[in-house]
Amino acid sequence: MNKKIDFTLNGKAVSRDVPTHRLLLDLLRDEIGATGTKEGCGTGDCGACTVMMNGKPVNSCLILSGELAGADIVTIEGLKIGAELHAVQKAFVQDGGAQCGYCTPGMLMMSKALLDSNNNPSEEEIRYALSGNLCRCTGYAKIVQAVQDAAAMLRSKNP
Amino acid sequence: MKRTEAFDFYQPATLQEASQLLKDNGPGGRFLAGGTDLVIAMKEKGLLPKYIVDLKRVPGLSGIRENSDGSIAIGALTTLYTIETSALIKKKYPFLAQSAAEVGSIQIRNRATIGGNISNASPSADTSPALVALGVTATIASASGERKIPVEEFFKGPGQSVMNADEILTEITIPKTAANLVGEYIKFSPREMMDLAYVGVAAVYNLAADKKCTGVRIVLGAVAPTPIRAKRAEAVLEGQILSEALAEKAGQTAAEEAKPISDVRSSADYRRAMVGTMTKRALLNAATGPAKSWYDRRDRRY
Repeated sequence: MNKKIDFTLNGKAVSRDVPTHRLLLDLLRDEIGATGTKEGCGTGDCGACTVMMNGKPVNSCLILSGELAGADIVTIEGLKIGAELHAVQKAFVQDGGAQCGYCTPGMLMMSKALLDSNNNPSEEEIRYALSGNLCRCTGYAKIVQAVQDAAAMLRSKNP
Repeated sequence: MKRTEAFDFYQPATLQEASQLLKDNGPGGRFLAGGTDLVIAMKEKGLLPKYIVDLKRVPGLSGIRENSDGSIAIGALTTLYTIETSALIKKKYPFLAQSAAEVGSIQIRNRATIGGNISNASPSADTSPALVALGVTATIASASGERKIPVEEFFKGPGQSVMNADEILTEITIPKTAANLVGEYIKFSPREMMDLAYVGVAAVYNLAADKKCTGVRIVLGAVAPTPIRAKRAEAVLEGQILSEALAEKAGQTAAEEAKPISDVRSSADYRRAMVGTMTKRALLNAATGPAKSWYDRRDRRY
């Protein structure tokens, strides 16, 4: 069954006729062409598909397009502020917080979600927030470091 | 990963309408809350609903409210993350907040709802032991009215509950409890929140200044077809002064009461042994106050 859905994607209004059973992840990647969001496990274990929905991080692999009416979705493509990278992106680049890079969009979205509510997280808080994001390269130490550095960047901007 | 297949999709604006849809359309329909069990069942377990009724457009089904009689009502669509982070729940029932925090990742808990966690009736559901221990009542509604049932009597088996297909869990109510009530939920699972409980134990009791324990409730998850109360273990501690020896004895008794199975996660024997250990620790931890942090919550299981 198809349905006309109006929602916001990265600040822009989207109006599309979509099959209600289409997963948000597939809608983004296959129909809209926003391929930054990745699929890892497809069952909500790995976090590679993390996007923000109404300001909260969620697994886009478990959301049906039928649920999207009125939703505000932000993906990795919407993380950059104008021409400038978001602090989490800058810090991941600077610290080598990405190895193969597949988990990175999800890691960045979840890190942003953490820093939105806490700009001075402890290592424990960072590990807790990222416990649903798996890095198959096991590059966790540098990821944690990058989130700490991103937090410092945000604090120096908004002390 | 397999994709979901086409289905009819409804977004009713009232409970009556939602329940009527299930009545009118017949078998093969499923209610949708957060989707973290339903969509996974469709992708991983071959569930093919004919139609889905999304409850998220029905107003008034989420939120946490303290009533004038001291009870607390939690709407069925309240997310587990909201419960985990609620100042009221953390203050009054930290072990319930803790049980909600044991379910999957933050991404999952931003979608998963308390009503869904109960309705799905998984024997290993993390919130169920704490809810049964607190004597929580579930409100169930349909087009023909409303009924209330203790969560303790709600479960009938894995995936089975007392609810009919057209009934919707709308709210749970935590009755007023004594000011000296303490509790602990331990999820024993080596991968913590990212895997199901091998064993779940909720222990709740009123702790007097002299450490006398009354109103003892010990509820086990993942070791029987439904969450079960370990009533003989409760009796071991009831009216007694808490001690390590008594907690040990209650643990051993709870282990005898468990009816675990062997599966991919654990053998029945290991589960039974862990029921003993985790019950003992839950009873002792409850008396020391809530865990200070995630690491603390992890470490004090061992």
